[in-house]
Amino acid sequence: MKYLDDFRVPGAVRTLVRRIREQGGEHTFMEVCGTHTMAISRAGIRPMLEPSVDLISGPGCPVCVTSDRDIDTAIAVAKLPGVVLATFGDMMKVPGTEGSLADAVSEGARVRVVYSPLEALQMAREDRGAKVVFLGVGFETTAPTVAATMLQAREENIQNLFLLSFHKTVPPALRALGSLDEFSVDGFVLPGHVSAIIGSDAYTFIPDEFGIPCVITGFETTDILQAVSNLIRMRTEGPAVENEYSRAVRAGGNPKALSAMEIVFEPVDAEWRGLFVIPGSGLALKEDFRDFDAGAWQVELPERAISGCRCGEILCGRIKPPECPFFAGECTPESPVGPCMVSSEGTCASYYLYCQEEE
Amino acid sequence: MCLAIPAEVIEVLDEDVALMEIGGARKQVNISLVDDVSTGDYLLVHAGFAIEKVDEGEARKTMELLEELARLDEVP
Amino acid sequence: MAGEVITMAHGGGGTRMLELLRDTVFPLLGDAALVTAEDAATFELPGGRVAFTTDSFVVKPLLFPGGDIGKLAVCGTVNDLAMVGARPLFLTLGLILEEGFEIRLLERVLRSVAEWARRAGVRVVAGDTKVVERGMADGVYINTSGVGVVPGGRNISISGAAPGDVLIVNGYLGDHGIAVLVGREEYGLELDLESDCALLNGLVESMLEAGEVHAMRDPTRGGLAAALKEMSAASAAAIELTEEELPVREGVRGVCEMLGLDPLFIANEGKLLAAVGERDAEAVLEAMRGHQLGADSRIIGRVVSGKAGRVSVVTELGPKRLLRMPSGEQLPRIC
Repeated sequence: MKYLDDFRVPGAVRTLVRRIREQGGEHTFMEVCGTHTMAISRAGIRPMLEPSVDLISGPGCPVCVTSDRDIDTAIAVAKLPGVVLATFGDMMKVPGTEGSLADAVSEGARVRVVYSPLEALQMAREDRGAKVVFLGVGFETTAPTVAATMLQAREENIQNLFLLSFHKTVPPALRALGSLDEFSVDGFVLPGHVSAIIGSDAYTFIPDEFGIPCVITGFETTDILQAVSNLIRMRTEGPAVENEYSRAVRAGGNPKALSAMEIVFEPVDAEWRGLFVIPGSGLALKEDFRDFDAGAWQVELPERAISGCRCGEILCGRIKPPECPFFAGECTPESPVGPCMVSSEGTCASYYLYCQEEE
Repeated sequence: MCLAIPAEVIEVLDEDVALMEIGGARKQVNISLVDDVSTGDYLLVHAGFAIEKVDEGEARKTMELLEELARLDEVP
Repeated sequence: MAGEVITMAHGGGGTRMLELLRDTVFPLLGDAALVTAEDAATFELPGGRVAFTTDSFVVKPLLFPGGDIGKLAVCGTVNDLAMVGARPLFLTLGLILEEGFEIRLLERVLRSVAEWARRAGVRVVAGDTKVVERGMADGVYINTSGVGVVPGGRNISISGAAPGDVLIVNGYLGDHGIAVLVGREEYGLELDLESDCALLNGLVESMLEAGEVHAMRDPTRGGLAAALKEMSAASAAAIELTEEELPVREGVRGVCEMLGLDPLFIANEGKLLAAVGERDAEAVLEAMRGHQLGADSRIIGRVVSGKAGRVSVVTELGPKRLLRMPSGEQLPRIC
């Protein structure tokens, strides 16, 4: 069985679009997964569903929601003598107060782009004289891979691998969004791969507390359309959590991955770029792993710029990008301020591109 | 958010590592977060780790549903 | 000179440098114009407009499946000349060598330069060698400049694409970038894939015999996406691509999916993008398919009237998405 193209069935797409049209009504759904955002944009799903369904992009990209303060910290750590910072490529261009990691490299910081945290472990094994710091960014999909790497390092008694943990978790963010006044989203399209780890049961609070439906789904056009159709149906039948991505998501998630995370990390409050501090939405190393924690190192940080970025309101669908005072002026894809511009598929970046192209 | 792709297990090399393939490209992947991996399994790979198995039965059900939807498209 | 390495003295302008030239460079690149002691090569040019270009080559690893930095340096510059319809004639070769670089490797690179220059029908007529301290370069960097002549009647320019033109590429995209990435062994990837590094001047000649080509570009760094954006911007016309027609090998797609890269943004070194008038499209396509480097040629889209720089991709299902200009290097990502 091939799993790449098999789910791309044009006939099924047409049937689903027709079904959604027939269902009628007006709906605003939020997807909270950068890969969904990307798939929706690449496949041109929004125009297929206009005007009855408005799909808005929530804070679904862990890279983009990393706060400028956390970037500042990463840069300061990377500039410490003897340190090599290992990071996923996505993080290189995310701006802090005074530039990005890419800028820091030009200024002499040692940064290496890796595909896996295991490469950071390997770097630490090969160069015992270097302090290798892994920049831990990502939601529940990524956090277990970092946890497993740290467990491996401890088992091998590697003493020169460290972690800067800016990991975040999705359910606390959904709860924070849902609790906002004026939050007027009619349903969530939930991330497939986060859910593969945490399981569908982790979301039951959404219909229970907020009375809106949600669907876990995959990344093919058909997956997303199916989710939209199910959300519309549940608006009349009653809200629940549905799992359309049953090929990868079980009710209880992946117990081994959850257990690795639990051994290594504990929840802390975390700041989301463009939003605010969300209680219990970050993951910090537990006491047992303090020796690995580069977050405890003393570094000097630049004075923080005051931001008037309105990404928070854009993420909640309350305003459109041009209503933000920074849009297209101080904030552009080349020098982004907030997460909606940082991600190339973010609401502001897409809006900017289309305005530029169509004017 | 998270890019993860289904890849096929070609060979389980040891308790923690399997050689996996996607479209002819091969890579050693850490399988310590997934139970009972064997040759021919499809696993979701993210950041060098397998994070979950793809359930063949569920995948087939989804495929059948899509085929059914595609057939509906052909009905005038 | 087996086992010997480049030393600072090899760049000093004295006897060691003369020895390097006499024993290593000249025997491999023995063009009459090169081995004279003149400060500059002199030659006659046939009639027509002169095309002149320069390019520098930095690649890691220096030897990769399907080529090496020497082959790359010749093909890159010859291809740049071919893209404006020029027949390439002369090359210069500038070498920046890192102290400690193995002479055996240098010989291999030079042999490659000689071999591909011969195949392209160009002469290497002038050169320069510099040596920098260990750590100041990565083995060897090469600069090649090239001179060619555009025969009368040819008028090919990146700004020459016009609405109605058909866009053709001569085969699979992203092979070079991915072959080099796999060759670097950084991400533990295994894939049986060669770089597409090739000389395009022969293919271009057969295309121009078959019909009128308005615009051409070799989609190297930045991949096909950058070439399309540049062509659209320069020609002040929009471009529409058909997603299903974009040729990408399964293995290249596999690596891209794994690392989160986009094959449209990956470098090619033996590909060209051509805008051909609709009337000649079939003939040019047929000529390309008859050439060894064009067997997998196909039409991937069209030039349409619209805003300069607007490149959209039409998917199987109808809707369009806009292509962005790549910014910077493609890096593996998790999102």
